[in-house]
Amino acid sequence: MSGKHVAKNQPKTFIFSSENIKKMKEILCKYPETRKKSAVMPLLYLAQKQNEGWIPLVAIQYIADQLDVPYIKVYEVATFYTMYKLAPVGKYFVQVCTTTPCAIRGSGKIIEMCKKYISERESHLSNDEKSSWIEVECLGACVNAPMIQINEDYYEDLDADSAEKIFKSFKDDSLPKFGSQKGRKGSEPIKQRLTLLKN
Amino acid sequence: MLQDKDRIFKNLYGDDSFDLASAIRRGDWDGTKTIISKGKDWIINEIKKSELRGRGGAGFPTGVKWSFAPKEPKEGRPHYLIINADESEPGTCKDRDIIRYEPQKLIEGSLIASYAVSAHVCYIYIRGEYVNEGKVLQQAINQAYENGYLGKNAAGSGWDLDMYIHFGAGAYICGEETALLESLEGNKGQPRLKPPFPALIGLYGCPTIVNNVETIAVVPTILRKGSEWFASFGKPKNRGTKIFCISGNVNNPCNVEEEMSVPLKYLIEKHAGGVVGGWENLQAVIPGGSSMPLLPKSTCETILMDFDSLIEAKSGLGTAGIVVIDKSQDIVKCIARIARFYKHESCGQCTPCREGSGWMWRMLERIGRGEADIAEIDMLMDVTKQIEGHTICAFGEGSSWPVQGLLRHFRKEMEDKCDPDKYYQRENVI
Repeated sequence: MSGKHVAKNQPKTFIFSSENIKKMKEILCKYPETRKKSAVMPLLYLAQKQNEGWIPLVAIQYIADQLDVPYIKVYEVATFYTMYKLAPVGKYFVQVCTTTPCAIRGSGKIIEMCKKYISERESHLSNDEKSSWIEVECLGACVNAPMIQINEDYYEDLDADSAEKIFKSFKDDSLPKFGSQKGRKGSEPIKQRLTLLKN
Repeated sequence: MLQDKDRIFKNLYGDDSFDLASAIRRGDWDGTKTIISKGKDWIINEIKKSELRGRGGAGFPTGVKWSFAPKEPKEGRPHYLIINADESEPGTCKDRDIIRYEPQKLIEGSLIASYAVSAHVCYIYIRGEYVNEGKVLQQAINQAYENGYLGKNAAGSGWDLDMYIHFGAGAYICGEETALLESLEGNKGQPRLKPPFPALIGLYGCPTIVNNVETIAVVPTILRKGSEWFASFGKPKNRGTKIFCISGNVNNPCNVEEEMSVPLKYLIEKHAGGVVGGWENLQAVIPGGSSMPLLPKSTCETILMDFDSLIEAKSGLGTAGIVVIDKSQDIVKCIARIARFYKHESCGQCTPCREGSGWMWRMLERIGRGEADIAEIDMLMDVTKQIEGHTICAFGEGSSWPVQGLLRHFRKEMEDKCDPDKYYQRENVI
C-alpha cells in the first residue's frame, strides 16, 4: 500500500451530525455487540462524507472513542485502505483507472486531459479548487474501458470527446449522466449482440 | 453456442428491472421453500453432483467447501456465510452485473447456502467503489425483507437469515478470503495463515464459509433445474455455465454467459466481435484476470476455457476475465503495468511479496524502456521464483505468474529490448 498524504491544516474538532449519529447506531446493529470494531470502516466513510470527502485526524480520534478502540487501530485502517482520504479532495474527485485493460484502450489520454483540465499534479486541487484527480488501480468495469469514477459514479466507454465534455462540465456543474458514454446498456456488446435477445 | 433458455442470468445486460417483482417474473424465488425443505444433505449433495466450482478464481468445489462447515453450530459459536463481492481482479467485471441487475439471485442463493452451512447471518463484502451497485443491492435486500424472503422464517422455509452489506475501501487484497475476514473485523486487510481454515475458524473465530457472488447466484437455478442439467455443460470436473468478461483490443468488449470449456477463439470472434484489426493482429490473451499467465496467439487458436485445459497450458481460468492484447501494444509494458498493480496492492505483510513486487515492476519498466542488461531477464525470473510459494496468501503467485508468463512466451521480445543493436520502440500506447 502506498503512503498517504495527511493534510497540514487540520480542524480542531469533529463530531457526527445528529443524522449521522442515527446512522452510526444503525451500522452498529449490523455486527455482534461485542464486535463493535467491525464498524470502523463504515464509520470512516460516514466521517469522510460529512467532512466533504476527507477524514481529519480528530475524526479518527472521535471514531476510536465511539468504538472503544485505541486511536492507532483506526488510524492504521484509515491509512491502509486507499479510499479513505486524509487530505482535501475536489468537489469533483476524479479517479482514473489506468490498469492494463483500461491502459490498452487509451486511459493514458485521459490522464493527459486530467493534467490539462484539472491540475498538472495528481492529488492537487484545480485552480478553481473545484476538482482533483488521481490515478487508481482497476475499478472493475474492464469491459467498459476506459473509464473514470467521479465521486460515486462511473463514467464508462470514454473517448477523447466524451472525456473532454465531462471535464469541461465541472465549471458550470453540468455533468452528463453517468454510465456508458456510448449509450450501451451495462456490459452488452455495443454491436452484434447474440444473446438474450427475447427480453 | 449456449441457448438463451439455458442461461442463468437472463437479465445480465439490465434489459429488465432489478426489482423483486421483475425478478420473480424471471423465475427467482420459485419453490425456494421446497428446495430448503429437502434438507442440508440433499442441497450439499446436489451441488457436489453439479460439479460447481467456485467462480472467484481458485475453482474449489463449492459443495465440498460447504461440507467443511460443522454440522450443527456450538453454543456461542454461530456460523457465518460471507459473500465475496470484492471484485478487483483486473479484467473482471461480472459480479458487478450480477449485483446491479440480478441481485435477487444472489439473495436467494445466500438463503439456500446459509441454510446449508447453518448460518443465520450473511455478510456481503462489496468493494467500496461499487457505491451505486451497493445501493441497488441494499434496495433489493430491503424488498426481500419486506416481502418475507429475508428475516424470520425467510421465504417460509423456517430458516432465519439476516443479511448485511459491508463496504470495502479499495484494497484488492481483501478479495483474499482471510484478508476479507480481517477487514470485516475492522482491521487492515492482511491475510491470515491457513490452517486453520475459515470453515472452522473464520469471522470472529467462528465457522465461516466464504463464496464468490457468481458461485452463490447460480445455486438456486442449479437446484431448480437439477444438478444433471448444470453438469450437462462443459467437460468433466469443469461443468456448468460461466460469465466471461472479454475486454481489451476487441471490437465489442462484453460480458457473456457461455458454457464452460467454450473455445477462447469462439468467445473473442463471435461474442466480442473479433480482435481489432482481425485475428492475425492478435498478440496475446490473458485468460483469467491479471493473475493468470498470458497465452500466446498460437495457444489461443485452440484453447478451451475451463480450469483444467488452462492449467495444462500453464495458465488458469481464474475469474474468466479475458484481456485481449493486439500487436499494436508493447507486451512488456502491458505486463509491467500489471506488475505495478501488484506492487500497489501488496498488503506489505510478507517481505518477498512487499519487496519483490516492486522489484518486478521496476525491472520490467527498465526492460520496457530498453535500459536493462540482458542478464536481468534471468534475474527477473529468479525474483518471481523467490516470491512464488514464499508468502502467506496466494497474492505472491498472483503477482509472479503474469511475469513468468511473459518470460515464458515473450523472452525474445524482452531480449531484443535489452540488446542495444536490436532495440526498437513500438508505438507507445501506455
